Amino acid sequence: MVLSLTLISLGASIALGFVHEFTKEPIELSKLNKKIEAIKKVVPEFNNDPAAEMYKLPSEWGDSLEVYPAKKDNELVGYGVKTYSKKGYSGNITLVVGLKPDGTIFNITVLEQKETPGLGTKMVLPAFKDQFNDKNPASFKMKVKKDGGQVDAITAATISSRAFCDAVQNAYSTLKKGDLK
Amino acid sequence: MNQLQNFTKGFIKENPILVLVLGTCPTLATSTSALNGMGMGLATTFVLIGSNVVISLLANVIPDKVRIPAFIVVIASFVTVVDLVMQAYVPSLYETLGIFIPLIVVNCIVLGRAEAFANKNTVFSSLLDGFGMGLGFTMALGILGTFRELVGSGSIFGYKFIKGDGILVFILAPGAFIALGYLIAIINRVRKT
Repeated sequence: MVLSLTLISLGASIALGFVHEFTKEPIELSKLNKKIEAIKKVVPEFNNDPAAEMYKLPSEWGDSLEVYPAKKDNELVGYGVKTYSKKGYSGNITLVVGLKPDGTIFNITVLEQKETPGLGTKMVLPAFKDQFNDKNPASFKMKVKKDGGQVDAITAATISSRAFCDAVQNAYSTLKKGDLK
Repeated sequence: MNQLQNFTKGFIKENPILVLVLGTCPTLATSTSALNGMGMGLATTFVLIGSNVVISLLANVIPDKVRIPAFIVVIASFVTVVDLVMQAYVPSLYETLGIFIPLIVVNCIVLGRAEAFANKNTVFSSLLDGFGMGLGFTMALGILGTFRELVGSGSIFGYKFIKGDGILVFILAPGAFIALGYLIAIINRVRKT
C-alpha cells in the first residue's frame, strides 16, 4: 500500500520535473515579453533594456512598486511604473503607467483587471484611459468628477474608475518621493 | 459494450455536462466566449485521456484502499503538465482561464471517469472513454461559449459584428446559469424523442 503510493508519487514527480525543465524558459520568456510590450506602449522610444535596470520603490501603502527606467542613448526619457490598486470592483487592478522625467503621464496600459465585463472593463479602452495622457498629476486632480476631481468616470463604473485613478496616483506619488525632481 | 460506443457515449448519451451534470463550476465560469470554453474543454480532454490511460494501466497494482489518493496524484500530475505547457505556449488563454486550469484536478468528471470506468476497463477502452468524454465536455462548453459570446458581446471567436455591447447578463454568472439550463432542457427533449 505504502509502496505503491510512493512509487506512483515518485513517477509523477519525475515526469513533472521533466516538464518543468522543458517549459521553464518559454514561461520566463513570455512573461518578460509581456512586460516589455507593456513598457513599450507607455513610454517614449527607448533603446536600453528597462527590465534589466528595474528597481523597486516602496509605495505609500507598503508593497513596493517596480520601476522600469527607459533610456535613449543613456538619457532618461521616461519611467514605466507597474502599479496597482486594491480598490477595484473585484480584485486588484494592475497598470503600467508611463511617466516622463518631469512627472507628466505619457501613456497607461492595463496589465490585469477583473472588473465587471462591459462596464468596468471599459477602462482598457482609449476613450477612458487616454484622458490621462499628457496630464501632470501635480496639477491634474486625479479623482473622478463625482469626488471633485477632473477625471471623467466610466458610466456605471465609478468604482472601477476610482480604482484606476488610485493606481495612477500611487505610481506618481511613489516615484515622486523617490526619483522625480 | 463495443469500442465505438465507449467513444461516442460521451457526446450525447452520457455527456458529462448536459446529462450527467458534472463539472458545472468550470463550465459556468469559463464559457464566457467560444475560445475560452473550447480552450478549457481541450485542456480537460487532455487530462481525461492521460489520467484514464495511466489509471487503467495501474488499476491492478493499486491496492483498493489507497486508490483515491493514487488517482488524485495521477490526475494532479497531468493537470500540472497542462498548466505549465499552457503558461509557456498560450499565455493569453492561460491568463483568461486563470485559476480554473489548476482546478481541473478537482473536476468531478476526471475523478468520476477514473473511478467509474478506467479502474475497471482495459487501456484501450479507457482511452476511448476519456477521449469521448473530453470531446463531449468540449462540445458542451463550445456551444455554451459560442452562444454566450454571440448574445453577450455580439461576436464570434473574438470577431465582432455588432456595434456596442450585447446583452451583458449573458457574459455574467446569471447568464451562464440561464444558458446552461436551456441547453440541458433542449438536450433532454432531444434524448426523449
